[in-house]
Amino acid sequence: MSRKFLGLVLPLAILIGWEAIWYLAANPLESISRPSQIALALMHGLSDGSVLLLTWQTFESALLGFVIAAGLGVLTGIFLGLAPQLERLVRPTVDLLRPIPSVALIPLAMLIYGFGVRMESSIVAFACIWPVLLITIAAVRGIEPGLLEVSHALQLSTWQRISRIVVPAAMSRIAVGLQLALAIALVVAVTVEIVINPRGLGYGMMSAQQSLQFDRMYALLLWTGLTGWGLSRLSQTLIDHYSPASRAQLPRSPA
Amino acid sequence: MTRCFKWLIDQSGAVAFMAGLLALWQILSYYELISPLFFPSPARTFSTLWTQLLDGQIWPPTLATVMRMVYGWVAASIFGVILGALIARSMLAQGLLNPILEFMRPMPASAFIPVAILAFGLTNQMSTTIIAFGSLWPVLLAAIQGFRSVDERLYEVADALRLSARERFFKVALPSALPDIMAGARVGLAVALILAVVTEMQASLPGLGQNILTAQRAFRTPELYASVIMLGVIGFVASGLLHWCERHTLRWRQAHG
Repeated sequence: MSRKFLGLVLPLAILIGWEAIWYLAANPLESISRPSQIALALMHGLSDGSVLLLTWQTFESALLGFVIAAGLGVLTGIFLGLAPQLERLVRPTVDLLRPIPSVALIPLAMLIYGFGVRMESSIVAFACIWPVLLITIAAVRGIEPGLLEVSHALQLSTWQRISRIVVPAAMSRIAVGLQLALAIALVVAVTVEIVINPRGLGYGMMSAQQSLQFDRMYALLLWTGLTGWGLSRLSQTLIDHYSPASRAQLPRSPA
Repeated sequence: MTRCFKWLIDQSGAVAFMAGLLALWQILSYYELISPLFFPSPARTFSTLWTQLLDGQIWPPTLATVMRMVYGWVAASIFGVILGALIARSMLAQGLLNPILEFMRPMPASAFIPVAILAFGLTNQMSTTIIAFGSLWPVLLAAIQGFRSVDERLYEVADALRLSARERFFKVALPSALPDIMAGARVGLAVALILAVVTEMQASLPGLGQNILTAQRAFRTPELYASVIMLGVIGFVASGLLHWCERHTLRWRQAHG
């Protein structure tokens, strides 16, 4: 309890100091809004629904891209994890594509799709697919060989082997990969909006800055942080609830 | 011998797979089954890249992007390690800072771009600040983790040997935390490259990010791909170098298992 209280000290001190400067300084900087103004701007934005609309726009693209990447990554990962020879064939190509920064593809995606959800989610999907793919391959590889031998002994079909043995055995580690990808999805979505795409929280911040509504800009920044934090807490809770083993397995996963 | 042979087969298979993909792409764009505007044939892309490499057109922006990335990343790494060591030493600091760190971890660094533009304008300073800020968190969190998990007995040995505080840090704490720090620094480097590209696009600063954007606006897609390939090469080489450093500096650790 005292630890939690300790954590509040510094943020509160910063806020109070920040607010105090406004009263003490002769002519304070207009571009550094007061915490109270920021809180008001956030409340205002939330009550007129504009912040929620921006949040929804960001989530729409982030989640769509995440779902595409998760689906493709997990399926391909299971396939390649079960076929090591094929994986050796594909791996160098993946290793060459993976270091390409996803944001470098923004202009290309804009050329193909124009502004909007599709362009943003395609970038998100490109960014998210690599961690999902590589962690899924590693997860399938890490399955106890005995389990796969049992499935051979039971003469399960390939489909049964995947659905009854492989997926349940690898799921806890795949979930960690998905959690990582979800965090990346939100970051990339906001980045695409900051750079070019006129929708969502990132664009909201840029346009607030350009129209000199600094309190709104800081409010959106705070809100973006809160949603990111909320999303990571939510995914952690889901993982803890559905696969408590994944936490214990995390340190064992290869980098 | 057979091992070497097997390796050779694997490698040639991998190269064949890559060549097959490129050939497929070439055929598809040759017969215009995919739009050659969006997906120019590999032959055109690579000949553009080759020309730009030879006439030197692509080197200045490449160098600009690399320098941007390295400046921000080095600043973030040094600062992250020092701050991490300080935070890990004191329970009070951890208690004070933990919620802020937890809050900042999932935060997109690019979200601070509007604020940084406000503070610095569309300048290199803005870009370096954002890059350093973004790649600070992975290094810092890894450093805290690393310094915290230093074996207590090592400090006892250091006390017994009456090492000075500086020696304690450089001979005991830092080497022991290095694997974690290196892992964090590798993530930080990837973040730095991404943010270098983002800030170049956002603030029209010279570099490959700006090149990509201008190539797109002029519909010169082969040039766009050439810059994207260069960025991929930078990322690949940078992480490869760091991996090599990691193996090199941590060799003593592997020897002890």
